[in-house]
Amino acid sequence: MNLKTMNKTTRSNFITYAMVIVAFVVVQAMASTGGISSSLKGQLVPICAYIVMAISLNLTVGVLGELSLGHAGFMSVGAFSGVIAAIYFGQTIENTAVVMILAMAVGGFFAAVVGVLVGVPVLRLSGDYLAIVTLAFGEIIKGIVNNLYVGMDANGLHFCMIKNTLEMEGGKMLLNGPMGLTGIPRIATFTMGFVLIMVCLIVIFNLVNSKSGRAIMALRDNKIAAQSVGINVTSYKLMAFVISAAMAGMAGVLFATNFSTVVASKFDINTSILVLVFVVLGGLGNMRGSIIAATVLTVLPEVLREFSEYRMLVYAIVLIVMMLATNNPTLKNAISNFTGKFKRNSGKGEKVNG
Amino acid sequence: MKLKKVLAAALIGAMTLTTFGCGGGDADQGAADQAGDATAIKVGGTGPLTGGASIYGIAVQRGAEIAVEEVNALGGVQFELKMEDDAHDAEKAVNAYNALKDWGMQLSLNSVTTTPGIATSELNAADSIFGLTPSASGTGVTEGKTNVFQMCFADPNQGSASAKYISDQQLGTKIGVIYKNDDAYSSGIYETFKAEADALGLEIVSETTFTTDSQNDFSVQLQDAKNAGADLLFLPMYYDAASLILNQANAMDYAPKFFGVDGMDGILTLEGFDTTLAEGVMLLTPFSADAEDEMTKNFVAKYQEKYGEVPNQFAADAYDCIYALHQACTAAGATPDMSAEELNALMVEQFTTMSFDGLTGEGATWGENGQVSKDPKGMVIQNGAYVGM
Amino acid sequence: MEFLFNLISGISLGSIYAIIALGYTMVYGIAKMLNFAHGDVIMVGAYICFFATMRFGMPPLAGVLLSMVVCTMLGIIIERLAYKPLRQAPALAVLITAIGMSYFLQNSAQLLWTSSPKVFQSVVGTINGQTGLKLFDGALSVSYVTIVTIIVCVIIMLALVTFVNKTKTGKAMRAVSEDKGAAQLMGINVNTTISLTFAIGSALAAVAGVLLCSAYPTLVPTTGAMPGIKAFTAAVFGGIGSIPGALIGGILLGIIEIFAKAYITTQLSDAIVFAVLIVVLLVKPTGLLGKKVSEKV
Repeated sequence: MNLKTMNKTTRSNFITYAMVIVAFVVVQAMASTGGISSSLKGQLVPICAYIVMAISLNLTVGVLGELSLGHAGFMSVGAFSGVIAAIYFGQTIENTAVVMILAMAVGGFFAAVVGVLVGVPVLRLSGDYLAIVTLAFGEIIKGIVNNLYVGMDANGLHFCMIKNTLEMEGGKMLLNGPMGLTGIPRIATFTMGFVLIMVCLIVIFNLVNSKSGRAIMALRDNKIAAQSVGINVTSYKLMAFVISAAMAGMAGVLFATNFSTVVASKFDINTSILVLVFVVLGGLGNMRGSIIAATVLTVLPEVLREFSEYRMLVYAIVLIVMMLATNNPTLKNAISNFTGKFKRNSGKGEKVNG
Repeated sequence: MKLKKVLAAALIGAMTLTTFGCGGGDADQGAADQAGDATAIKVGGTGPLTGGASIYGIAVQRGAEIAVEEVNALGGVQFELKMEDDAHDAEKAVNAYNALKDWGMQLSLNSVTTTPGIATSELNAADSIFGLTPSASGTGVTEGKTNVFQMCFADPNQGSASAKYISDQQLGTKIGVIYKNDDAYSSGIYETFKAEADALGLEIVSETTFTTDSQNDFSVQLQDAKNAGADLLFLPMYYDAASLILNQANAMDYAPKFFGVDGMDGILTLEGFDTTLAEGVMLLTPFSADAEDEMTKNFVAKYQEKYGEVPNQFAADAYDCIYALHQACTAAGATPDMSAEELNALMVEQFTTMSFDGLTGEGATWGENGQVSKDPKGMVIQNGAYVGM
Repeated sequence: MEFLFNLISGISLGSIYAIIALGYTMVYGIAKMLNFAHGDVIMVGAYICFFATMRFGMPPLAGVLLSMVVCTMLGIIIERLAYKPLRQAPALAVLITAIGMSYFLQNSAQLLWTSSPKVFQSVVGTINGQTGLKLFDGALSVSYVTIVTIIVCVIIMLALVTFVNKTKTGKAMRAVSEDKGAAQLMGINVNTTISLTFAIGSALAAVAGVLLCSAYPTLVPTTGAMPGIKAFTAAVFGGIGSIPGALIGGILLGIIEIFAKAYITTQLSDAIVFAVLIVVLLVKPTGLLGKKVSEKV
């Protein structure tokens, strides 16, 4: 295919795919030759998980145009159900890649189910009220997982709520309420993370460029106009929301299987906000931007370790300065003048690109 | 759109720079450090130095710093200490651990708190870097690992020791418990306390919880205990929440006996706290800053001089960790040019056989499972000071 | 009797949420921005008052005034540096900046004042050695802090309502909140009006911080964060931008939280509070006292 004759969106999408693939190959090559620090190596899987979180939230916030403050809740559902599945299937299946795929399917499925449960009532609201309700759902999910007990013995899995009243014949506790999941098989690898990112990107790009995607964006841009041409508000909104939730669930599985323990309080409003920061900084609807922002902002606090106790203070300042700089009109004009000299063919009105 | 592309390009540039820059830089630095400064064994640990739990991480950092200064002044085995921030989060703890590994860590203080500790101890085991945690008390930290040890009591030991103590001393007949439901430490102690209390025939009449999000108002929990007629309230939690409970119980004229665990230590030195509220509070703790022995006095004086506050049990645990490592290194003839793996084997051998006297207990020994066994001291607060029970 | 006890506890907790929510709703209603740093301004206010009264021995009232002055200035500075340059930017950009500001304030507080908890001395004194009013021969007690908080809440609410409805500046504020562009065309200085809103909101945050810590005296750099979010919830509950709504929303939220703990389970109380919120918003999508805004076609 000729890059020049391609339609603009397709080209942009291909650049995004290429960027992810090149980054993967380069990092993988460096990792195999020992060229990267253990610090960065340890972050590869979390970075992948955060990228998936960011692009999936971008589907809700950027493409659907609804602010969600509870995205970590779906990650939590996916993480806990997926890990339990991973442990369960891990008993009989040797191959970790197969276990991972099964765990992702389970995690994604449960997150999607919760996405439907949350989405049906929530999507009737709009704006800030919707934001606060998603926040509330995130907190509810955290509260429930915090009081959930899951054990496994020869008879299979056992569940109970609030008080640990499991009656098991031997076996072991998997999820122990507030103490969380421990003894998780650390099966997540960078390659799995890479594959997950690619799959999510393909799904999102194809969705956005489909009839449904255009309907979803029409809802974002003008709900009443969209309704008047016969677009079903609830079903299209729900579609975007549930896909986004399922992806967050899979990101949760990837994230959780990278560590030997995971607790419910990890997936609180702070994590939701962190992911929202990636999305806003990367640009609404801009998947490539989300990928880059998620990577930079995940690596940044580690790079700032040299500042020791001033680290998080510097992080906060960097965050504020970045927001101010990217929204500064003078700077914006200067940059567009500058780039305008080189590029004359850029189109207008492109809302979603790679 | 144009702007976004330029921005994206700039960010890619920045990312590449930071990734490669930091990767390369760290490796170089690590190598340089190892070559140039092979006179000291590198000890690293992760802990919450920022955020809500930072008081514990900072206390550990400070306690360990004082101990390192002291042991280095002795002239024997030399240590170099580095603490990295994990903000009480497993993910960041793993990052912090890896940063320490890049630095060239040979011995590890694992993590300060339990959830991060479970994540990093897994890496300790995988990398064969010996870990001695000052204060991560959950069983998951040591479970299944041969080279991770605890300086503090494991949670189950605290819970069952408290129940035994209450039963032996006949401190109460009807027991109420308030614990923190989103905290591994608090709920871990509660579970074993309950199991042991049931076994000993203690009657638990009221069990209520709170979370970080609702750590303000305890009126319902206290009222529940009061209505159930609890004459002893067991509080497995840290002192910041406990101080609120004492305050609110006083306001509603409810005065049962209060019984705490090692997290309660620090309540007397809380700035602005009315210590009369804590009168009669009992706790099982391995350390008290008011103890009269030379070692404690020396440590407390140094800590106060250096940091302007009274050390808590976390600082004492960390101080002991460094001394225990020092004792083991000296006995095993460890030298700074040994690799982490070599040190690991020596340390495991030492720790399973040696006995250690420190601030937090005398004659402490470790089992194969990494848990410490030493005697907790029962303390009661009288006239604003700890008195042995 | 137990019901009364729980009701009183609920109102005590709720009055604290209400006073924070009043400041929140002020900024939110006029400037239309979710100021996530509001909770942290509360924390700064409490620290200032703590140091003024405990370390420098100032009388409580002077401490409160000082912390109001400092917070007002802090609010204006934050607004100038971080929010004003983003006046034309999308609302989400401002939200992220506010989050950055929240991190900044928390971490600065930790570096300046350490993370060791401080026990705040209530600015509300005792009467005859009692911290609360005893009812029914001492079977029930209402703390003086609660009484003061409720009185202060009502005073602030009345003052704000009068200010916003009766004064010229207040009218300007409402105009700005309705339509920035049109307000500007009418000769209203939008920038000054929004800055003034922040100044008022921050002064209220100082009062809220002092009362929050008088009721629940543990003071740490993260003290303001969670009450801030709960108060925001309360403001939405009552209807965003409605000043009486903030008061009612706050108190109801406190009562629901305590009742959930007392009559259902302490373990799931947070989840129950949020579930009630969701149900209310589904039935009444603009909150209890929120105005129904008809959509523009």
